[in-house]
Amino acid sequence: MDLRFTAEETAFRNEVRAFFRTALPPEIRRKMVEGRRLGKDDIVRWQRILNEKGWAVPHWPVEWGGTGWTPTQQYIFQEEMQQAPAPQPLAFGTSMVGPVIIAFGNDAQKNRYLPRIRNIEDWWCQGFSEPGSGSDLASLKTSAKRMGDHYIVNGQKTWTTLAQHADMIFCLVRSDPAAKKQEGISFLLIDMKSPGITVRPIVTMDGSAEVNEVFFDEVKVPVANLVGEENKGWDYAKYLLGHERTGIARVGVSKERLRRLKELAALEPAGGGARMIDDGHFREKIAAVEIELKALEMTQLRVVAAERRGRSKKPDPASSILKIKGSEIQQTISELLMDVVGPYAMPYQPDLDGSNQPPIGPDYAGPLAPTYFNWRKISIYGGSNEIQRNIISKAILGL
Amino acid sequence: MDFDLTEEQRLLQESVGKLVADEYDFEKRKAYAKEPAGYSEARWAHYAELGLLGLPFPERLGGSDGTPVETMIVMEAFGRGLVLEPYLATVILGGGFLRLAGSAAQRQELIPAIAEGRLRLAFAYTERQSRYDLADVATTARASGGGHVLNGQKGVVLHGDSADRLIVSARTAGGPHDREGVSLFLVDPRANGVSIQGYPTVDGLRAAEIGFSDVRLGPDALIGPKDQALPIILRVIDAATAAVCAEAVGAMAALHELTVEYLKTRKQFGVLIGSFQVLQHRAVDMLVSLEQARSMTYLATMMADSEDTAERRRMISAAKVQIGRSARLVGQQAIQLHGGIGMTAEYKAGHYFKRASMIDTMFGDADHHLAIVARGGGLIDPI
Repeated sequence: MDLRFTAEETAFRNEVRAFFRTALPPEIRRKMVEGRRLGKDDIVRWQRILNEKGWAVPHWPVEWGGTGWTPTQQYIFQEEMQQAPAPQPLAFGTSMVGPVIIAFGNDAQKNRYLPRIRNIEDWWCQGFSEPGSGSDLASLKTSAKRMGDHYIVNGQKTWTTLAQHADMIFCLVRSDPAAKKQEGISFLLIDMKSPGITVRPIVTMDGSAEVNEVFFDEVKVPVANLVGEENKGWDYAKYLLGHERTGIARVGVSKERLRRLKELAALEPAGGGARMIDDGHFREKIAAVEIELKALEMTQLRVVAAERRGRSKKPDPASSILKIKGSEIQQTISELLMDVVGPYAMPYQPDLDGSNQPPIGPDYAGPLAPTYFNWRKISIYGGSNEIQRNIISKAILGL
Repeated sequence: MDFDLTEEQRLLQESVGKLVADEYDFEKRKAYAKEPAGYSEARWAHYAELGLLGLPFPERLGGSDGTPVETMIVMEAFGRGLVLEPYLATVILGGGFLRLAGSAAQRQELIPAIAEGRLRLAFAYTERQSRYDLADVATTARASGGGHVLNGQKGVVLHGDSADRLIVSARTAGGPHDREGVSLFLVDPRANGVSIQGYPTVDGLRAAEIGFSDVRLGPDALIGPKDQALPIILRVIDAATAAVCAEAVGAMAALHELTVEYLKTRKQFGVLIGSFQVLQHRAVDMLVSLEQARSMTYLATMMADSEDTAERRRMISAAKVQIGRSARLVGQQAIQLHGGIGMTAEYKAGHYFKRASMIDTMFGDADHHLAIVARGGGLIDPI
């Protein structure tokens, strides 16, 4: 047992850290630190910087642009990127549809889409959830009828993150209405410019519109856009959902947010001439979440170590532990980040970036309460924490 | 970065695991507890034969140069078995002081005796007013004729009533809360002026209230540097804290398994109660908490021997906070999920719960250590 990084791993960490320090555009970094919304151009710009460096998709096979790094190196890279703090690559491309195409797509699909994902030529979004199919995803109804060399797609997807920017959507569709619910589903790649697609924004309680409804009305999709076999889409979806094992904990994000919290606590007045960081009770609240995070980091390293030993290539149910704990910790931090500004959590200031008005209260306060409300999503998306508990209960405890 | 055990460590884990499984079932444990010392003399002799009592000591003194990882392996297994023998008091605490601060003569005489099972130790440091503050020492050792005269009271001395020698913290200089002026002494419990009131603890172990009234100590009784014992005490207590973290993980893991097993056998309303989602999720929350505790125990184990006092202290404190919180959650939910049977003295669950709960009170509870972490600026440093 040895929890230290090797000399090579430490050198790698320094290399990665130095790259992020010099390559991350300062205005993107500033938005990240301040918790402001990134634009499409920020994400695209950063992805192309990574791609030029050859680090766009480290976890992919080398022949498709992966780096061949060890699981420990992947972990270090991810953690350093989160702590920089740099934008995460658009997961719908690099972590979801990309790995599915690599595993199950045909050569034409690989040759077309994979390079475009690396350089974010296509902005991908995810068409899984439907109004009637949330946690019970396999009950989805959006239909795909085969008509010669096309499918005709009808139905509705929802909670589609950043669909307003999207060029492509990967969808689970019901291709065999007669089959048992998991068995009649196919995985289709659909061009968002296809006639019959309508995108309607959903405004969430924090005032942002990052999710959408996507409607399909007699949309023609070439059969060439079917991934793998017809009616095997559920298997590919399971592969996709279990693919990312450790990034899900977002330990680096939480570390970076905790540093920010401590910075703000040192600035924020606590009355009577004191600062929030002098308040013993508030400091203990911070320390408590730091301890939870340290434990999660160690748990994550255990999963990484097991992965490195190559125990299994299957999704590790331990990643459900990482999801539950990681989301709880992020949500607690977002709470403390709202609490730290006290009454100045209250002013609603949605469009500071585009306005000439001076901020109300301290210039860092604006995004804190909206982020608290927005981050409630973390324990809901990607399989709610209750679904994760079901997975652990079945796969680990055998209940 | 790896969490792998060496081949020797794996064999140790296997053999201690087997020992606990074979020799420490619930019925046998009950019988051991009824022996005069409150634990089994035969088991103690057996640990010596297996080399467990010499584990952390140098080979030339009859030990096997074990690291904190070996200690973790043993303590986790002992936690699973709710082992009663004074391993912590003798090998980790008492042995820790001799190993780190004993004179050549003390080490030569006493360490082989520990390894061979001939010497049991207890560390007397808590006082009524001190709570968890290791520098709050009112017991005094006044210099007299080359030696010292000891006066004071120590409380909740783990295995203090069966020890062959006591190691006692006492003030040799300064005021009652000064960090300097604390020294350690080796005291024969049969010496004139020592009074010992032994008693059972709620978790099935033994402890004692011990009084010292003009107890005369020779010049060779001092362990380590005079007036400067606090850093050594901190170091040994940190190692012992890491050890009880591992013990707690063993107890919690066994308790969790027991609970999940119960969910798979108990039927109500015509079905296994493990089919109820509300109970499944509770069992999952216990597992998550247990795994977090295990992770922090690994961290504490890796830090236990560190010479970097500040870093070692905050990581060990962080681990103890996690252990305390996990023990509450896992323990309370285990009893709740068992229902009535979990309340009974006849059933094992309550005994695990009691031990895991009492570990929180040893060497500082979760609140105490949370305050230490908070005052120290937390765990996440600026990049």
